[in-house]
Amino acid sequence: MPKIVAVTGNEAVAEAFRQVNPDVCAAYPITPSTDLMQRFASFVNNGKVKTEIILVESEHSAMSACIGASAAGGRVITATSSQGLALMWEELFIASGTRLPIVLGLVNRALSAPLNIHGDHSDGMGARDCGWIQLWSENAQEAYDNTIQAFRIAEHMDIRLPAMTCMDGFIISHSIERMEYLDDEVVKNFAGEFRTVNPLLDIEHPVSYGPLILPDYYMEFRRAHAEVMSKVPEVVLSVAKDFEKISGRKYSLFETYRLEDAEIAFVILNSAAGTSKDVIDEFRNKGVKAGLLKPRLYRPFPYEEVGEALKHLKAVCVLDRADAFGASYGPLYIDIAASLYPYKEKPTLINKIYGLGGRDYLPEHAELVLNELAEVAKTGRVKTFKEYIGVRE
Amino acid sequence: MAETLEIRWHGRGGQGTVTAAKVFADACLSGGRYVQAFPEYGPERSGAPLRAYNRVSSKELRMHCPVLKPNIVAVVDATLLDGIDVTEGAPDDAVFIVNSAKDPKELREKLKAKPTQRVLTVDATKIAIENIGRPLPNSPMVGVLAKVSGIVGLDMILEDVKKSFGKKFSQKIIDGNLEAVKRGYEEVREG
Repeated sequence: MPKIVAVTGNEAVAEAFRQVNPDVCAAYPITPSTDLMQRFASFVNNGKVKTEIILVESEHSAMSACIGASAAGGRVITATSSQGLALMWEELFIASGTRLPIVLGLVNRALSAPLNIHGDHSDGMGARDCGWIQLWSENAQEAYDNTIQAFRIAEHMDIRLPAMTCMDGFIISHSIERMEYLDDEVVKNFAGEFRTVNPLLDIEHPVSYGPLILPDYYMEFRRAHAEVMSKVPEVVLSVAKDFEKISGRKYSLFETYRLEDAEIAFVILNSAAGTSKDVIDEFRNKGVKAGLLKPRLYRPFPYEEVGEALKHLKAVCVLDRADAFGASYGPLYIDIAASLYPYKEKPTLINKIYGLGGRDYLPEHAELVLNELAEVAKTGRVKTFKEYIGVRE
Repeated sequence: MAETLEIRWHGRGGQGTVTAAKVFADACLSGGRYVQAFPEYGPERSGAPLRAYNRVSSKELRMHCPVLKPNIVAVVDATLLDGIDVTEGAPDDAVFIVNSAKDPKELREKLKAKPTQRVLTVDATKIAIENIGRPLPNSPMVGVLAKVSGIVGLDMILEDVKKSFGKKFSQKIIDGNLEAVKRGYEEVREG
């Protein structure tokens, strides 16, 4: 029987890790993911899980140790935030290029400078092109569910790529919410036994990892990586189908909310999607046809499916909790624009940057944007394509 | 009860305000309710003013932002009233619960509460010192909240305090907290 609990996002992901029972965890805790690792370390110390924890001196070393342990043939996890993920950056490419199915719990936080520990998507966005799979989560339940599914996706024999699950720092990681835990046995069976591929520790069959590949073959490797990425959505959907059988909860590549008959819509990631849904309901009650699309699988990005889901709208606002400096628009906006580009008839697209460094995203912000979208849909006139909202002038 | 009950806590670092919000959320889980409990994080220093929030609803809670229009405002430390407007955003039917030995009528004046708003006081610090031996007013405040919100019975709250304190504390401390919750429930005054 699923257990109803009131826990933080960090607690929920630590619980998912315990239930999956990985072989190795190497981590260097950083706020706001510290609490996740502290809870998982307690499980290890109290004998609740058989994982071997490797204490390291930095996040760079944490990811290096994860790579070593994964190549050796173990099921491997870690967690981090912000500067921690930034310090892992070069190793992130090595993990994905070596096709190691490591699962990383990313608790999204702003990047320095100025120093800030709060919720922001700059860390995850900075790692979006590292060849990892990214699943984003609105609340503690989704973070827990995505973490469990991440193992199946990453370890799938057609995939073998590392995956990170994202949730908003503090807003979700440190807030207590009602959610459901699945039974230990159910999660254990769902995750299944870890299957190794060319493990280093299989000394009967020696293999070489991390070779030098010169211009003669490097590009073929990159293309192979890109091709594997293109198979991810299909695996994500089939894993989601299996997950629904054990949990009753439906997952897809992205979530749509009142989008089918909508004329205007938000595209927004993680916790702010929840706040937006409540405001959308208010506008629907007033007769405004508003809806929302919340990406879940952000890497690889399901361009075609997203384009199909949005193309009928009159006006869409993409809300980014990170800016891509010098790229004109926020990172999510750029992906949505690319999704809609092939269509002749498509919505007018605007971009708002919100909530940086933990700035609250309030219902009034969603109201402001919906009112502007309604105006754009009516007149076709756009005041400004990109701007910061909830910010002092 | 409104469809969603929203509570704003005002306390100081080290008084157990965040724990109080968590205990209350836990107790409200029964009956299939959805709950949230979350503090407003800043530089965490003992004695610094802090806010914490609860939402309790029969519907799924999707809102992920601070409570702006609290149905109940719980003031764990009355010295905060001199520096902070705890009535901010409170609707006309809001309830204020203040940890104070003073008469609720006196507090009503200080808060400039509207006639339609309720003002309650409880000497939670005194109850805490008498039962726990330390000025940690969170347990009596949770007792008051159980009574005022009406959505969770005293028994349920006591059960939950036992559960959440049971892991960390001695029987003496648990019993003291249970008594403190009960006295908060019984001794709250309205004016």
